[in-house]
Amino acid sequence: MDKIRASLLKKSVASKIERRGKIISLSCLALIILVVFLIFYFVASRGLATFFQNHINLWSFLSGIQWNPGTLGTNGQPAVGALPMIVGSFLITICSALLATPFAIGTAVFMTEISPRRGARILRPVTELLVGIPSVVYGFIGLQVVVPFVRNTFGGSGYGILSGTFVLFVMILPTVTSMSADALNAVPRYYREASLALGATRWQTIYKVVLRAAIPGMLTAVVFGMARAFGEALAVQMVIGNATLLPHNLVSPASTLTSILTMGIGNTVMGSLQNNALWSLAMILLLMSLFFNLVIRYIGRKGKLNNER
Amino acid sequence: MKKSRVIQLLGLILIGVALGFGYTHRSQTNAGESITAVGSTALQPLVEAAGEQYSANHTGIFINVQGGGSGTGLSQIQSGAVAIGNSDIFAEEQAGIQASKLKDHRVAVVGIAPIVNAKAGVTNLTQQQLIKIFTGKITNWREVGGKNVPIVLINRAQGSGTRKTFESYALNGHKSAESQEQDSSGLARSIVSSTPGAISYVAFSYLDKSVTTVTMNGVRPTEANVRNNRWKIWSYEHLYTSKNPNQLTKNFINYVLSTAVQKKLVTQLGYISVHAMQVERSATGKITTVK
Repeated sequence: MDKIRASLLKKSVASKIERRGKIISLSCLALIILVVFLIFYFVASRGLATFFQNHINLWSFLSGIQWNPGTLGTNGQPAVGALPMIVGSFLITICSALLATPFAIGTAVFMTEISPRRGARILRPVTELLVGIPSVVYGFIGLQVVVPFVRNTFGGSGYGILSGTFVLFVMILPTVTSMSADALNAVPRYYREASLALGATRWQTIYKVVLRAAIPGMLTAVVFGMARAFGEALAVQMVIGNATLLPHNLVSPASTLTSILTMGIGNTVMGSLQNNALWSLAMILLLMSLFFNLVIRYIGRKGKLNNER
Repeated sequence: MKKSRVIQLLGLILIGVALGFGYTHRSQTNAGESITAVGSTALQPLVEAAGEQYSANHTGIFINVQGGGSGTGLSQIQSGAVAIGNSDIFAEEQAGIQASKLKDHRVAVVGIAPIVNAKAGVTNLTQQQLIKIFTGKITNWREVGGKNVPIVLINRAQGSGTRKTFESYALNGHKSAESQEQDSSGLARSIVSSTPGAISYVAFSYLDKSVTTVTMNGVRPTEANVRNNRWKIWSYEHLYTSKNPNQLTKNFINYVLSTAVQKKLVTQLGYISVHAMQVERSATGKITTVK
Protein backbone atom coordinates (compact mmCIF):
# COMPACT_ATOMS: atom_id res chain seq x y z
CA MET A 1 0.00 0.00 0.00
CA ASP A 2 2.70 2.43 1.09
CA LYS A 3 4.79 1.58 -1.92
CA ILE A 4 1.97 2.42 -4.26
CA ARG A 5 1.24 5.61 -2.34
CA ALA A 6 4.87 6.66 -2.51
CA SER A 7 5.15 5.93 -6.20
CA LEU A 8 1.96 7.86 -6.87
CA LEU A 9 3.07 10.91 -4.94
CA LYS A 10 6.60 10.88 -6.28
CA LYS A 11 7.23 12.36 -9.68
CA SER A 12 7.79 9.69 -12.27
CA VAL A 13 10.96 9.61 -14.36
CA ALA A 14 8.95 10.47 -17.44
CA SER A 15 7.48 13.60 -15.91
CA LYS A 16 10.91 14.69 -14.70
CA ILE A 17 12.29 14.29 -18.20
CA GLU A 18 9.36 16.18 -19.55
CA ARG A 19 9.95 19.04 -17.17
CA ARG A 20 13.64 19.07 -18.02
CA GLY A 21 12.81 19.21 -21.73
CA LYS A 22 10.43 22.06 -21.13
CA ILE A 23 13.05 24.03 -19.23
CA ILE A 24 15.64 23.45 -21.97
CA SER A 25 13.38 24.59 -24.77
CA LEU A 26 12.12 27.54 -22.74
CA SER A 27 15.63 28.71 -21.97
CA CYS A 28 16.56 28.41 -25.64
CA LEU A 29 13.61 30.60 -26.49
CA ALA A 30 14.49 33.08 -23.74
CA LEU A 31 18.04 33.27 -25.01
CA ILE A 32 16.91 34.06 -28.54
CA ILE A 33 14.50 36.71 -27.30
CA LEU A 34 17.27 38.17 -25.17
CA VAL A 35 19.63 38.29 -28.14
CA VAL A 36 17.02 39.99 -30.30
CA PHE A 37 16.35 42.57 -27.61
CA LEU A 38 20.04 43.19 -27.06
CA ILE A 39 20.58 43.73 -30.78
CA PHE A 40 17.68 46.16 -30.91
CA TYR A 41 18.91 47.93 -27.80
CA PHE A 42 22.47 48.17 -29.07
CA VAL A 43 21.61 49.40 -32.55
CA ALA A 44 19.09 51.86 -31.15
CA SER A 45 21.46 53.20 -28.50
CA ARG A 46 24.23 53.82 -31.03
CA GLY A 47 21.89 54.92 -33.78
CA LEU A 48 19.97 57.38 -31.64
CA ALA A 49 23.20 58.86 -30.30
CA THR A 50 23.55 60.69 -33.61
CA PHE A 51 20.45 62.65 -32.77
CA PHE A 52 20.78 63.01 -28.99
CA GLN A 53 24.55 63.22 -28.43
CA ASN A 54 25.65 64.81 -31.68
CA HIS A 55 22.45 66.85 -31.99
CA ILE A 56 21.80 66.09 -35.62
CA ASN A 57 18.33 67.07 -36.72
CA LEU A 58 16.36 63.92 -37.59
CA TRP A 59 14.77 65.63 -40.56
CA SER A 60 18.10 66.84 -41.95
CA PHE A 61 19.39 63.30 -41.52
CA LEU A 62 16.53 61.82 -43.52
CA SER A 63 16.34 64.54 -46.17
CA GLY A 64 19.95 65.75 -46.50
CA ILE A 65 21.82 64.80 -49.64
CA GLN A 66 25.41 65.31 -48.49
CA TRP A 67 27.09 62.36 -46.81
CA ASN A 68 30.55 62.88 -45.37
CA PRO A 69 30.16 62.66 -41.59
CA GLY A 70 33.74 63.75 -40.93
CA THR A 71 33.25 67.20 -42.44
CA LEU A 72 30.76 70.04 -42.28
CA GLY A 73 28.15 70.37 -44.99
CA THR A 74 27.08 73.56 -46.72
CA ASN A 75 24.66 74.35 -43.86
CA GLY A 76 27.45 74.32 -41.26
CA GLN A 77 26.19 71.08 -39.75
CA PRO A 78 28.07 67.78 -40.13
CA ALA A 79 27.22 66.35 -43.53
CA VAL A 80 25.08 63.38 -42.54
CA GLY A 81 22.31 63.42 -45.14
CA ALA A 82 21.18 59.86 -45.68
CA LEU A 83 18.68 60.52 -48.44
CA PRO A 84 20.89 59.25 -51.32
CA MET A 85 21.32 55.91 -49.58
CA ILE A 86 17.68 55.63 -48.59
CA VAL A 87 16.56 56.43 -52.13
CA GLY A 88 19.13 54.02 -53.55
CA SER A 89 18.03 51.19 -51.28
CA PHE A 90 14.35 51.65 -52.04
CA LEU A 91 14.85 52.13 -55.78
CA ILE A 92 16.95 49.03 -56.14
CA THR A 93 14.55 47.00 -54.00
CA ILE A 94 11.46 48.08 -55.88
CA CYS A 95 13.05 47.74 -59.32
CA SER A 96 14.35 44.25 -58.66
CA ALA A 97 11.02 43.15 -57.17
CA LEU A 98 9.16 44.57 -60.18
CA LEU A 99 11.51 42.74 -62.51
CA ALA A 100 11.55 39.47 -60.61
CA THR A 101 7.84 39.08 -59.85
CA PRO A 102 6.55 38.28 -63.36
CA PHE A 103 9.36 35.79 -63.95
CA ALA A 104 8.86 34.21 -60.55
CA ILE A 105 5.11 33.83 -60.95
CA GLY A 106 5.51 32.48 -64.46
CA THR A 107 8.00 29.89 -63.27
CA ALA A 108 5.86 29.02 -60.28
CA VAL A 109 2.77 28.53 -62.47
CA PHE A 110 4.74 26.27 -64.77
CA MET A 111 6.09 24.32 -61.83
CA THR A 112 2.75 23.74 -60.13
CA GLU A 113 0.04 23.90 -62.78
CA ILE A 114 1.49 23.12 -66.18
CA SER A 115 4.14 20.56 -65.54
CA PRO A 116 4.11 19.57 -61.89
CA ARG A 117 6.24 16.48 -62.37
CA ARG A 118 9.08 18.20 -64.20
CA GLY A 119 8.69 21.16 -61.86
CA ALA A 120 9.21 19.01 -58.80
CA ARG A 121 12.03 17.02 -60.30
CA ILE A 122 14.10 19.63 -62.15
CA LEU A 123 12.95 23.20 -61.70
CA ARG A 124 12.62 23.26 -57.93
CA PRO A 125 16.08 21.84 -57.21
CA VAL A 126 17.57 24.27 -59.73
CA THR A 127 15.93 27.32 -58.17
CA GLU A 128 16.89 26.12 -54.71
CA LEU A 129 20.47 25.77 -55.93
CA LEU A 130 20.40 29.46 -56.82
CA VAL A 131 19.55 30.29 -53.20
CA GLY A 132 22.68 28.54 -52.01
CA ILE A 133 25.14 30.49 -54.18
CA PRO A 134 27.07 32.93 -51.98
CA SER A 135 26.37 36.58 -52.66
CA VAL A 136 30.02 37.35 -53.38
CA VAL A 137 29.77 35.06 -56.41
CA TYR A 138 26.77 37.02 -57.65
CA GLY A 139 28.68 40.23 -57.07
CA PHE A 140 31.69 38.96 -58.97
CA ILE A 141 29.60 37.88 -61.93
CA GLY A 142 27.87 41.24 -61.74
CA LEU A 143 31.20 43.04 -61.85
CA GLN A 144 32.60 41.02 -64.74
CA VAL A 145 29.48 40.48 -66.85
CA VAL A 146 26.59 42.72 -65.88
CA VAL A 147 28.53 45.98 -65.50
CA PRO A 148 30.19 45.87 -68.97
CA PHE A 149 26.84 44.79 -70.46
CA VAL A 150 25.05 47.76 -68.90
CA ARG A 151 27.88 50.11 -69.92
CA ASN A 152 27.78 49.00 -73.54
CA THR A 153 24.00 48.85 -73.81
CA PHE A 154 22.72 51.71 -71.70
CA GLY A 155 25.75 53.99 -71.41
CA GLY A 156 27.31 55.52 -68.33
CA SER A 157 30.09 53.77 -66.47
CA GLY A 158 27.97 50.69 -65.96
CA TYR A 159 27.89 51.08 -62.18
CA GLY A 160 24.51 52.05 -60.84
CA ILE A 161 21.00 51.10 -59.88
CA LEU A 162 20.41 49.15 -63.09
CA SER A 163 23.35 46.79 -62.59
CA GLY A 164 22.33 46.32 -58.98
CA THR A 165 18.79 45.56 -60.10
CA PHE A 166 19.98 42.87 -62.50
CA VAL A 167 22.13 41.21 -59.86
CA LEU A 168 19.41 41.35 -57.22
CA PHE A 169 16.88 40.08 -59.75
CA VAL A 170 18.79 36.81 -59.99
CA MET A 171 19.32 36.71 -56.25
CA ILE A 172 15.71 37.12 -55.18
CA LEU A 173 14.17 35.16 -58.06
CA PRO A 174 14.56 31.74 -56.39
CA THR A 175 13.11 32.97 -53.09
CA VAL A 176 10.08 34.51 -54.73
CA THR A 177 9.65 31.56 -57.09
CA SER A 178 9.69 28.82 -54.51
CA MET A 179 7.43 30.73 -52.13
CA SER A 180 4.98 31.52 -54.95
CA ALA A 181 4.99 27.85 -55.89
CA ASP A 182 4.15 26.96 -52.29
CA ALA A 183 1.31 29.47 -52.37
CA LEU A 184 -0.05 27.98 -55.61
CA ASN A 185 0.28 24.47 -54.24
CA ALA A 186 -1.73 25.49 -51.19
CA VAL A 187 -4.77 26.38 -53.30
CA PRO A 188 -7.27 23.55 -52.62
CA ARG A 189 -7.66 21.01 -55.39
CA TYR A 190 -11.43 21.37 -55.46
CA TYR A 191 -11.12 24.99 -56.62
CA ARG A 192 -9.47 23.73 -59.79
CA GLU A 193 -11.90 20.84 -60.15
CA ALA A 194 -14.91 23.11 -59.72
CA SER A 195 -13.55 25.53 -62.26
CA LEU A 196 -12.85 22.80 -64.80
CA ALA A 197 -16.29 21.34 -64.17
CA LEU A 198 -17.82 24.68 -65.07
CA GLY A 199 -16.15 24.41 -68.44
CA ALA A 200 -13.18 26.70 -67.91
CA THR A 201 -10.00 26.02 -69.85
CA ARG A 202 -6.73 25.44 -68.07
CA TRP A 203 -5.60 29.00 -68.70
CA GLN A 204 -8.92 30.36 -67.45
CA THR A 205 -8.61 28.20 -64.37
CA ILE A 206 -5.07 29.39 -63.69
CA TYR A 207 -5.78 33.03 -64.38
CA LYS A 208 -9.22 33.43 -62.81
CA VAL A 209 -9.11 30.93 -59.98
CA VAL A 210 -5.72 29.68 -58.89
CA LEU A 211 -3.78 32.93 -59.16
CA ARG A 212 -6.57 34.90 -57.49
CA ALA A 213 -6.78 32.48 -54.61
CA ALA A 214 -3.01 32.52 -54.15
CA ILE A 215 -2.64 36.31 -54.11
CA PRO A 216 -1.90 36.65 -50.36
CA GLY A 217 0.72 33.94 -50.51
CA MET A 218 2.35 35.43 -53.59
CA LEU A 219 2.38 38.90 -52.05
CA THR A 220 4.15 37.41 -49.06
CA ALA A 221 6.67 35.90 -51.45
CA VAL A 222 7.30 39.25 -53.12
CA VAL A 223 7.71 41.05 -49.80
CA PHE A 224 10.11 38.34 -48.67
CA GLY A 225 12.12 38.91 -51.84
CA MET A 226 12.08 42.65 -51.23
CA ALA A 227 13.31 42.14 -47.67
CA ARG A 228 16.20 40.11 -49.01
CA ALA A 229 16.98 42.69 -51.69
CA PHE A 230 16.87 45.49 -49.13
CA GLY A 231 19.32 43.78 -46.84
CA GLU A 232 21.76 42.47 -49.44
CA ALA A 233 25.13 44.16 -49.03
CA LEU A 234 28.08 42.57 -50.74
CA ALA A 235 26.79 41.80 -54.22
CA VAL A 236 25.16 45.20 -54.53
CA GLN A 237 28.18 47.00 -53.19
CA MET A 238 30.33 45.53 -55.95
CA VAL A 239 28.18 46.77 -58.82
CA ILE A 240 26.38 49.90 -57.65
CA GLY A 241 29.42 52.20 -57.60
CA ASN A 242 28.95 53.41 -54.02
CA ALA A 243 28.64 57.10 -54.73
CA THR A 244 26.61 58.92 -52.11
CA LEU A 245 24.79 60.89 -54.76
CA LEU A 246 21.11 61.00 -55.53
CA PRO A 247 20.77 58.84 -58.65
CA HIS A 248 20.00 61.01 -61.70
CA ASN A 249 19.07 57.96 -63.73
CA LEU A 250 19.37 54.21 -63.48
CA VAL A 251 22.94 54.10 -64.81
CA SER A 252 24.51 56.80 -62.65
CA PRO A 253 26.54 55.56 -59.67
CA ALA A 254 24.49 55.36 -56.50
CA SER A 255 24.68 53.72 -53.11
CA THR A 256 22.55 51.76 -50.70
CA LEU A 257 22.36 51.79 -46.92
CA THR A 258 24.11 48.44 -46.73
CA SER A 259 26.92 49.31 -49.11
CA ILE A 260 27.84 52.48 -47.23
CA LEU A 261 27.64 50.60 -43.93
CA THR A 262 29.99 47.81 -44.93
CA MET A 263 32.46 50.21 -46.52
CA GLY A 264 32.55 52.70 -43.69
CA ILE A 265 32.40 50.70 -40.50
CA GLY A 266 36.07 49.67 -40.52
CA ASN A 267 37.29 53.22 -40.94
CA THR A 268 35.49 54.82 -38.03
CA VAL A 269 36.04 54.83 -34.31
CA MET A 270 33.37 53.65 -31.89
CA GLY A 271 31.62 56.58 -30.26
CA SER A 272 32.56 59.18 -32.87
CA LEU A 273 29.97 60.94 -35.01
CA GLN A 274 31.12 59.06 -38.11
CA ASN A 275 30.48 55.78 -36.34
CA ASN A 276 27.15 56.87 -34.82
CA ALA A 277 25.90 58.03 -38.20
CA LEU A 278 26.59 54.57 -39.61
CA TRP A 279 24.67 53.03 -36.72
CA SER A 280 21.78 55.32 -37.60
CA LEU A 281 21.84 53.80 -41.09
CA ALA A 282 21.83 50.37 -39.47
CA MET A 283 18.82 51.41 -37.42
CA ILE A 284 16.95 52.40 -40.57
CA LEU A 285 17.77 48.98 -42.02
CA LEU A 286 16.52 47.26 -38.89
CA LEU A 287 13.31 49.27 -38.82
CA MET A 288 12.73 48.50 -42.49
CA SER A 289 13.17 44.77 -42.02
CA LEU A 290 10.78 45.00 -39.07
CA PHE A 291 8.35 46.79 -41.36
CA PHE A 292 8.69 44.08 -44.01
CA ASN A 293 8.02 41.45 -41.35
CA LEU A 294 4.90 43.25 -40.19
CA VAL A 295 3.66 43.54 -43.77
CA ILE A 296 4.14 39.81 -44.27
CA ARG A 297 2.19 39.04 -41.09
CA TYR A 298 -0.55 41.48 -42.08
CA ILE A 299 -0.91 39.94 -45.54
CA GLY A 300 -0.89 36.46 -44.04
CA ARG A 301 -3.68 37.30 -41.59
CA LYS A 302 -5.80 39.02 -44.20
CA GLY A 303 -5.35 36.11 -46.59
CA LYS A 304 -6.57 33.68 -43.97
CA LEU A 305 -9.71 35.70 -43.32
CA ASN A 306 -10.52 35.77 -47.03
CA ASN A 307 -10.20 32.03 -47.34
CA GLU A 308 -12.41 31.35 -44.37
CA ARG A 309 -15.21 33.47 -45.61
CA MET B 1 22.70 -0.19 -11.53
CA LYS B 2 23.90 1.47 -8.32
CA LYS B 3 27.41 0.11 -8.80
CA SER B 4 27.77 1.47 -12.31
CA ARG B 5 26.68 4.90 -11.06
CA VAL B 6 29.43 4.87 -8.48
CA ILE B 7 31.98 3.88 -11.09
CA GLN B 8 30.78 6.63 -13.40
CA LEU B 9 31.05 9.18 -10.63
CA LEU B 10 34.52 8.02 -9.68
CA GLY B 11 35.57 8.22 -13.30
CA LEU B 12 34.30 11.78 -13.57
CA ILE B 13 36.10 12.84 -10.41
CA LEU B 14 39.29 11.23 -11.68
CA ILE B 15 39.07 13.09 -14.99
CA GLY B 16 38.35 16.33 -13.17
CA VAL B 17 41.34 15.89 -10.87
CA ALA B 18 43.59 15.01 -13.79
CA LEU B 19 42.48 18.09 -15.74
CA GLY B 20 42.93 20.33 -12.73
CA PHE B 21 46.38 18.90 -12.07
CA GLY B 22 47.31 19.33 -15.67
CA TYR B 23 46.08 22.93 -15.67
CA THR B 24 47.94 23.99 -12.56
CA HIS B 25 51.12 22.21 -13.61
CA ARG B 26 51.03 23.14 -17.29
CA SER B 27 54.31 24.19 -18.77
CA GLN B 28 54.26 27.95 -18.74
CA THR B 29 57.31 28.62 -20.82
CA ASN B 30 56.03 30.34 -23.96
CA ALA B 31 53.06 28.00 -24.12
CA GLY B 32 50.28 29.53 -26.17
CA GLU B 33 51.41 33.09 -25.66
CA SER B 34 49.93 35.31 -28.28
CA ILE B 35 49.40 38.91 -29.24
CA THR B 36 46.74 40.27 -31.51
CA ALA B 37 47.20 42.96 -34.12
CA VAL B 38 44.10 44.45 -35.73
CA GLY B 39 43.49 47.13 -38.31
CA SER B 40 44.67 48.42 -41.67
CA THR B 41 44.29 45.99 -44.53
CA ALA B 42 47.16 47.71 -46.35
CA LEU B 43 49.56 46.79 -43.56
CA GLN B 44 48.06 43.36 -42.87
CA PRO B 45 50.23 41.36 -45.32
CA LEU B 46 53.44 42.68 -43.76
CA VAL B 47 52.39 42.05 -40.17
CA GLU B 48 51.09 38.61 -41.10
CA ALA B 49 54.31 37.61 -42.83
CA ALA B 50 56.48 39.04 -40.06
CA GLY B 51 54.26 37.31 -37.48
CA GLU B 52 54.65 33.96 -39.21
CA GLN B 53 58.42 34.28 -39.31
CA TYR B 54 58.49 35.39 -35.69
CA SER B 55 56.38 32.40 -34.64
CA ALA B 56 58.67 30.09 -36.58
CA ASN B 57 61.68 31.43 -34.69
CA HIS B 58 59.96 31.51 -31.30
CA THR B 59 58.06 28.30 -30.65
CA GLY B 60 54.73 28.71 -28.93
CA ILE B 61 54.27 32.39 -29.69
CA PHE B 62 51.46 33.35 -32.00
CA ILE B 63 50.78 36.66 -33.68
CA ASN B 64 47.12 36.93 -34.63
CA VAL B 65 46.59 39.46 -37.38
CA GLN B 66 43.17 40.71 -38.38
CA GLY B 67 41.95 43.32 -40.83
CA GLY B 68 39.07 45.68 -40.23
CA GLY B 69 40.51 49.00 -41.33
CA SER B 70 42.69 51.68 -39.76
CA GLY B 71 39.81 53.11 -37.76
CA THR B 72 39.11 49.73 -36.21
CA GLY B 73 42.79 49.26 -35.41
CA LEU B 74 43.05 52.63 -33.67
CA SER B 75 39.83 52.27 -31.72
CA GLN B 76 40.69 48.73 -30.63
CA ILE B 77 44.12 49.75 -29.34
CA GLN B 78 42.62 52.79 -27.63
CA SER B 79 40.12 50.59 -25.80
CA GLY B 80 42.89 48.17 -24.92
CA ALA B 81 41.23 45.22 -26.62
CA VAL B 82 44.32 44.29 -28.66
CA ALA B 83 48.07 44.57 -28.29
CA ILE B 84 48.78 46.31 -31.58
CA GLY B 85 46.63 48.57 -33.72
CA ASN B 86 47.66 48.73 -37.38
CA SER B 87 47.01 52.02 -39.11
CA ASP B 88 47.81 53.78 -42.39
CA ILE B 89 47.34 57.18 -40.84
CA PHE B 90 48.61 59.06 -37.83
CA ALA B 91 46.41 58.64 -34.76
CA GLU B 92 46.26 62.45 -34.67
CA GLU B 93 44.40 62.43 -38.01
CA GLN B 94 41.63 60.11 -36.81
CA ALA B 95 38.59 61.62 -35.10
CA GLY B 96 37.83 60.17 -31.69
CA ILE B 97 41.37 58.96 -30.95
CA GLN B 98 43.51 60.43 -28.20
CA ALA B 99 46.89 60.15 -29.84
CA SER B 100 48.75 61.15 -26.67
CA LYS B 101 47.70 57.87 -25.04
CA LEU B 102 49.19 55.75 -27.80
CA LYS B 103 52.72 54.97 -28.85
CA ASP B 104 53.55 55.18 -32.54
CA HIS B 105 55.89 52.72 -34.23
CA ARG B 106 56.45 53.46 -37.92
CA VAL B 107 57.42 50.22 -39.58
CA ALA B 108 57.17 50.90 -43.30
CA VAL B 109 56.36 53.46 -45.93
CA VAL B 110 53.83 53.04 -48.69
CA GLY B 111 53.85 55.08 -51.87
CA ILE B 112 50.55 55.82 -53.56
CA ALA B 113 50.20 56.47 -57.26
CA PRO B 114 47.32 57.61 -59.44
CA ILE B 115 46.23 54.99 -61.96
CA VAL B 116 44.27 55.62 -65.13
CA ASN B 117 42.46 53.40 -67.58
CA ALA B 118 44.55 52.79 -70.68
CA LYS B 119 41.85 54.21 -72.99
CA ALA B 120 42.21 57.69 -71.47
CA GLY B 121 45.49 58.16 -73.35
CA VAL B 122 47.19 60.11 -70.58
CA THR B 123 50.57 59.36 -69.05
CA ASN B 124 51.46 62.58 -67.25
CA LEU B 125 49.40 64.97 -65.19
CA THR B 126 50.39 68.07 -63.31
CA GLN B 127 49.25 68.34 -59.72
CA GLN B 128 46.90 71.16 -60.72
CA GLN B 129 45.28 68.92 -63.32
CA LEU B 130 44.98 66.11 -60.80
CA ILE B 131 43.28 68.43 -58.32
CA LYS B 132 40.91 69.70 -61.01
CA ILE B 133 40.08 66.16 -62.08
CA PHE B 134 39.34 64.97 -58.55
CA THR B 135 37.35 68.04 -57.59
CA GLY B 136 35.19 67.60 -60.69
CA LYS B 137 36.32 70.71 -62.61
CA ILE B 138 37.75 68.68 -65.48
CA THR B 139 35.38 66.00 -66.69
CA ASN B 140 36.88 64.83 -69.97
CA TRP B 141 40.34 63.46 -70.72
CA ARG B 142 40.43 65.67 -73.82
CA GLU B 143 40.98 68.70 -71.56
CA VAL B 144 44.30 67.33 -70.27
CA GLY B 145 45.62 66.10 -73.59
CA GLY B 146 44.00 62.69 -73.68
CA LYS B 147 41.30 61.16 -75.80
CA ASN B 148 37.66 62.24 -75.88
CA VAL B 149 36.59 59.99 -73.01
CA PRO B 150 34.61 61.18 -69.98
CA ILE B 151 36.46 60.89 -66.67
CA VAL B 152 35.11 58.38 -64.16
CA LEU B 153 36.39 58.99 -60.63
CA ILE B 154 36.89 55.95 -58.44
CA ASN B 155 37.60 56.90 -54.84
CA ARG B 156 38.39 54.75 -51.87
CA ALA B 157 35.88 54.66 -49.02
CA GLN B 158 35.53 57.70 -46.78
CA GLY B 159 37.95 57.41 -43.90
CA SER B 160 40.24 55.04 -45.75
CA GLY B 161 43.91 55.71 -45.05
CA THR B 162 44.88 55.64 -48.71
CA ARG B 163 42.23 58.22 -49.52
CA LYS B 164 43.31 60.49 -46.66
CA THR B 165 46.91 60.35 -47.83
CA PHE B 166 45.93 61.00 -51.43
CA GLU B 167 43.74 63.96 -50.53
CA SER B 168 46.44 65.45 -48.29
CA TYR B 169 49.47 65.09 -50.54
CA ALA B 170 48.16 64.70 -54.10
CA LEU B 171 45.19 67.06 -53.88
CA ASN B 172 46.93 69.41 -51.40
CA GLY B 173 44.12 68.98 -48.91
CA HIS B 174 41.27 69.48 -51.38
CA LYS B 175 38.32 67.19 -50.78
CA SER B 176 37.51 64.93 -53.66
CA ALA B 177 34.16 65.36 -55.38
CA GLU B 178 31.39 62.86 -54.60
CA SER B 179 32.00 59.85 -56.76
CA GLN B 180 32.07 56.10 -56.86
CA GLU B 181 33.77 54.53 -53.88
CA GLN B 182 35.38 51.16 -53.46
CA ASP B 183 36.61 49.68 -50.22
CA SER B 184 39.70 47.82 -51.43
CA SER B 185 42.72 48.61 -53.55
CA GLY B 186 42.36 45.41 -55.58
CA LEU B 187 38.80 46.23 -56.54
CA ALA B 188 39.71 49.82 -57.38
CA ARG B 189 42.46 48.61 -59.72
CA SER B 190 40.27 46.04 -61.45
CA ILE B 191 37.53 48.63 -61.96
CA VAL B 192 40.00 51.15 -63.39
CA SER B 193 41.40 48.53 -65.73
CA SER B 194 37.96 47.63 -67.08
CA THR B 195 36.13 50.98 -67.08
CA PRO B 196 36.99 53.37 -69.93
CA GLY B 197 38.17 56.73 -68.61
CA ALA B 198 38.41 55.65 -64.98
CA ILE B 199 40.98 57.13 -62.61
CA SER B 200 41.84 56.02 -59.09
CA TYR B 201 44.87 55.66 -56.83
CA VAL B 202 46.49 52.63 -55.25
CA ALA B 203 49.58 51.69 -53.28
CA PHE B 204 52.72 50.92 -55.31
CA SER B 205 52.36 47.19 -54.62
CA TYR B 206 49.11 47.19 -56.60
CA LEU B 207 50.56 48.80 -59.73
CA ASP B 208 50.63 46.51 -62.75
CA LYS B 209 50.28 46.37 -66.51
CA SER B 210 46.48 46.35 -66.49
CA VAL B 211 46.37 50.07 -65.71
CA THR B 212 48.34 53.13 -66.79
CA THR B 213 50.46 54.61 -64.02
CA VAL B 214 50.70 58.34 -64.56
CA THR B 215 53.58 60.56 -63.57
CA MET B 216 52.83 63.70 -61.58
CA ASN B 217 54.64 66.90 -62.59
CA GLY B 218 56.93 64.60 -64.55
CA VAL B 219 58.02 62.67 -61.45
CA ARG B 220 57.74 58.93 -61.72
CA PRO B 221 56.19 57.05 -58.80
CA THR B 222 59.19 54.98 -57.79
CA GLU B 223 60.68 53.91 -54.52
CA ALA B 224 63.74 56.08 -55.05
CA ASN B 225 61.59 59.17 -55.56
CA VAL B 226 59.62 58.43 -52.39
CA ARG B 227 62.82 58.12 -50.35
CA ASN B 228 63.88 61.67 -51.10
CA ASN B 229 60.30 63.00 -51.11
CA ARG B 230 60.34 64.03 -54.78
CA TRP B 231 57.21 61.86 -55.00
CA LYS B 232 55.07 63.35 -52.28
CA ILE B 233 52.16 60.90 -52.11
CA TRP B 234 53.29 58.43 -49.50
CA SER B 235 52.38 57.54 -45.96
CA TYR B 236 53.80 55.68 -43.03
CA GLU B 237 52.43 52.36 -41.91
CA HIS B 238 52.02 52.52 -38.17
CA LEU B 239 51.89 49.91 -35.44
CA TYR B 240 50.24 51.62 -32.50
CA THR B 241 50.58 50.25 -28.99
CA SER B 242 49.66 51.51 -25.57
CA LYS B 243 52.22 53.66 -23.75
CA ASN B 244 53.56 50.62 -21.91
CA PRO B 245 53.27 47.56 -24.12
CA ASN B 246 54.12 44.15 -22.67
CA GLN B 247 57.45 42.48 -23.34
CA LEU B 248 56.19 40.23 -26.10
CA THR B 249 54.70 43.16 -28.01
CA LYS B 250 57.94 45.12 -27.64
CA ASN B 251 59.95 42.16 -28.89
CA PHE B 252 57.73 41.70 -31.89
CA ILE B 253 57.87 45.36 -32.88
CA ASN B 254 61.64 45.34 -32.54
CA TYR B 255 61.66 42.29 -34.75
CA VAL B 256 59.59 44.06 -37.41
CA LEU B 257 62.00 47.01 -37.25
CA SER B 258 65.08 44.77 -37.39
CA THR B 259 67.24 44.90 -40.51
CA ALA B 260 66.37 41.28 -41.29
CA VAL B 261 62.70 42.12 -41.77
CA GLN B 262 63.17 45.61 -43.16
CA LYS B 263 65.74 44.56 -45.76
CA LYS B 264 63.95 41.48 -47.04
CA LEU B 265 60.31 41.11 -46.13
CA VAL B 266 59.33 44.77 -46.35
CA THR B 267 60.71 45.23 -49.86
CA GLN B 268 59.52 41.81 -51.00
CA LEU B 269 55.95 42.76 -50.13
CA GLY B 270 56.14 46.06 -51.99
CA TYR B 271 56.60 48.40 -49.04
CA ILE B 272 59.48 50.80 -48.57
CA SER B 273 61.69 50.32 -45.54
CA VAL B 274 61.57 53.15 -42.99
CA HIS B 275 65.34 52.85 -42.64
CA ALA B 276 65.75 53.78 -46.30
CA MET B 277 63.90 57.08 -46.00
CA GLN B 278 65.97 60.23 -46.41
CA VAL B 279 63.21 62.41 -45.02
CA GLU B 280 60.86 62.22 -42.10
CA ARG B 281 57.34 63.54 -42.02
CA SER B 282 55.43 64.52 -38.90
CA ALA B 283 51.71 64.07 -38.28
CA THR B 284 51.16 67.64 -39.42
CA GLY B 285 53.01 67.04 -42.69
CA LYS B 286 56.27 68.79 -41.79
CA ILE B 287 59.23 67.38 -43.66
CA THR B 288 62.66 67.11 -42.07
CA THR B 289 65.74 65.61 -43.63
CA VAL B 290 67.20 62.56 -41.95
CA LYS B 291 70.96 62.49 -41.59
